[in-house]
Amino acid sequence: MATSVHEPPPVDPRRIPGNGNGGGGNLVPADGDRRLAVDYSPPPSSTAIWVVLFAISMMFAAFTSALVVRKGSSLDWRTFTLPPVLFLNSLTLIASSVTLEVSRRRIAAFMGNMQNRAENPARWLYVTLFLGMLFVAGQYVAWSQLRAEGLYLATNPSSSFFYVLTVTHVFHVLGGLGGLVYVIRKLNKSSLRRSTLEAAARYWHFMDLLWLYLLLLLWVKL
Amino acid sequence: MHDTSAHAVQHHAPTSFIRKHVFSLDHKVIGKQYYALALAAALIGMVLSWIMRIHLGWANAAIPGLHTLSPNGAPGGVLTPEYYLQLMTMHGTIMVFFVLTTAPFAAFGNYFLPIQVGAEDMPFPRFNMMSFWVTFTAFLVLVSSFFLGDGPTLGGWTQYAPLNSIGSASGPGQGLGVVLWMISIALFCIGQLLGSLNFIGTTLDLRVKGMSLMRLPLSAWAWFITSCMGLTAFSVLMPACILVILDHVAGTSFFVASNLVLNDQLVPHSGGSTLLWQHLFWFFGHPEVYIAIVPGIGIVSHVLIANMRKPMLSQRVLIYCMGALAVLSYMVYGHHMFVSGMNPVSSLAFSFPTLVITIPATITVLIWVFSLYGSRLRINAASLFALGFISMFVSGGVSGFFLAQPSIDIMLHATYFVVGHFHMVMGVAAMFGIFAGTYFWFPKMSGRMMNETLGKVHFWLSFVGTYCIFMPFHYLGLAGNIRRYSTFVDDFLQPLIPVHRWITVAALITGAAQLVFVYNLIHSRFWGKPAPDNPWEATSLEWSTATPPPWDNFGGKHPVVYHDPYQYGVQSSVGDYVMQASPEQVKTDHEEK
Repeated sequence: MATSVHEPPPVDPRRIPGNGNGGGGNLVPADGDRRLAVDYSPPPSSTAIWVVLFAISMMFAAFTSALVVRKGSSLDWRTFTLPPVLFLNSLTLIASSVTLEVSRRRIAAFMGNMQNRAENPARWLYVTLFLGMLFVAGQYVAWSQLRAEGLYLATNPSSSFFYVLTVTHVFHVLGGLGGLVYVIRKLNKSSLRRSTLEAAARYWHFMDLLWLYLLLLLWVKL
Repeated sequence: MHDTSAHAVQHHAPTSFIRKHVFSLDHKVIGKQYYALALAAALIGMVLSWIMRIHLGWANAAIPGLHTLSPNGAPGGVLTPEYYLQLMTMHGTIMVFFVLTTAPFAAFGNYFLPIQVGAEDMPFPRFNMMSFWVTFTAFLVLVSSFFLGDGPTLGGWTQYAPLNSIGSASGPGQGLGVVLWMISIALFCIGQLLGSLNFIGTTLDLRVKGMSLMRLPLSAWAWFITSCMGLTAFSVLMPACILVILDHVAGTSFFVASNLVLNDQLVPHSGGSTLLWQHLFWFFGHPEVYIAIVPGIGIVSHVLIANMRKPMLSQRVLIYCMGALAVLSYMVYGHHMFVSGMNPVSSLAFSFPTLVITIPATITVLIWVFSLYGSRLRINAASLFALGFISMFVSGGVSGFFLAQPSIDIMLHATYFVVGHFHMVMGVAAMFGIFAGTYFWFPKMSGRMMNETLGKVHFWLSFVGTYCIFMPFHYLGLAGNIRRYSTFVDDFLQPLIPVHRWITVAALITGAAQLVFVYNLIHSRFWGKPAPDNPWEATSLEWSTATPPPWDNFGGKHPVVYHDPYQYGVQSSVGDYVMQASPEQVKTDHEEK
């Protein structure tokens, strides 16, 4: 039988979140007013973004295992040279992560009143957005170059995987661009939450890392 | 519970009909929508099984109306072998995805997880709404294949390659039917991923003060563990479906082996791996079994405790067992592929964890049985179905011991033995969990009580009926009755036809018994006895709030949790229990002695 007398477990704010002590999200103070709790509780978006990134990782892990098995199971695999523009695209995406990080820090300072409020904090976000779009355009150029060489989706399993992996990644990057637009809109309306910015930044950086992984995979396997 | 002013409530109640009942953001409405979808899907799946059973018992019997549905598939109302397989595929797909996954996890979980943790809603209500409507669209896409092209796919719910990728040359429904199946399941995956996102966020981030992880009810734990499994499983199945779609519509060769000749024609694909699909599918497919059953374990535990009036022997061990089932479910998937010609060492590697997974399952059952021992169980429809769940789980699970061993599985794999095994342990057990949850939570969801007498009639007919149906399946399998045959013309199968007829009669009666449930559900919804807030004298947070719960679940209040979830057998001001949100200090019977 369980113990008889129970009090709400004590809350140590230093251990929020994830202390297994009431979740942290809705830790309601003694008077039950949730608004007070919201100020120091972690917003669900910070948990959610890790969940999303995990799901995306599993998806690309499935594609990767399919590529490895497919390549090893037959003799029709044809190697080809990756379009050089992909490496330029990689630099573009890395640069976008750098500008986003600059932007994130400036916005944090802006929110904390540490910077001159006259400066537009969204400036570096626009640069990130531009670089992201440049990356997508660059990927399109890469697909065009492959098509010019006669390599289409169904030409060979190697080209099939190239298109599947890069197109799927671009779809996710477009999602990230949508997230950046959302952040800019919220910022311009002065209703941006720190957690939203953090989540968008984590997603974008993950897209960056994911692309580097895919590039390595394609380079080694194709 | 502490009252707060209205400004503490973050949601505003919807006012329009559309926002209230159709595109609702309220997790409770979404839960009910999932339940309605599962109910409709279950009825369709059941009718399909009736048609198949009639055909298996009386192969030349004309089934009224079937000719209209498919003039080619059922000329004169008599099923062709191909149409039998098409109906079988749809039965399996609808039941596994749209009933066994949807009802215990998405329906009950959506409705009760936020309330059980004390939250107002899920963290992302719009994603939650999308989750349902994407799932609903997936269902429509799947069902549309009945009416488009040459009907639904005939490849079974597992959709093995290369049959899933070579188009209509391999049979009716193998062109457009397969594409629709893949689109439907890919959409279903998206819906469940959105749902898992909300379930995990709710459990980790939205618990009220005092609700430590170990104070979560077992049902909440089950939904949380299931959402973690779903997150991993569905995000693998979706890319696999995309690759099949590309094989169909874009001419790629992911799954079709080279030099495949079909109907004297060379299939225009090269070098694909047929086993690749099996690996990707079963990495999802085996956890899917636990996605169907783990919520049932949580629901049944939750229901039994309230009716035993005492907690389980060990809540903590039960939670660990559910977690162990979830982790091990990813390590055993290869046991579905013992007949694929895999290396014997690989077979052994998959056989061992398959046997190991019986350990947490057995511990779970032992905890139930020893907790029940000596308890004065309240006998009602909910507790009867909970007991029925245990019975089915054990009966179906025992045959799993045999199938876990490659040497035996190779003999039994393609027979009715396997069909009986998974129908009992996954299908019927999970259905009994759904029924237990329905009879238990219906008063909270609708504000009215269900008819207990009809509930007990429903239980006994279902319990006896399902044993009459599925135990003979094992006998058929041991006798060598191959599954997926639409008729039995071989000499050694002829003597088994009377057994099939017995099963058919049992299936018709058991299916009809489900109409008693549907009648009870609808009648009670409108004309049932009004339900009090806590009709079962239960302790968890869903029973602390009004019946049915208000829009924000606790009417502007936020509970504080003082107790473990199952404080029964105590002396309190309200009886032999104390609710989680009650600050009352109580003494247990044990301490009194």
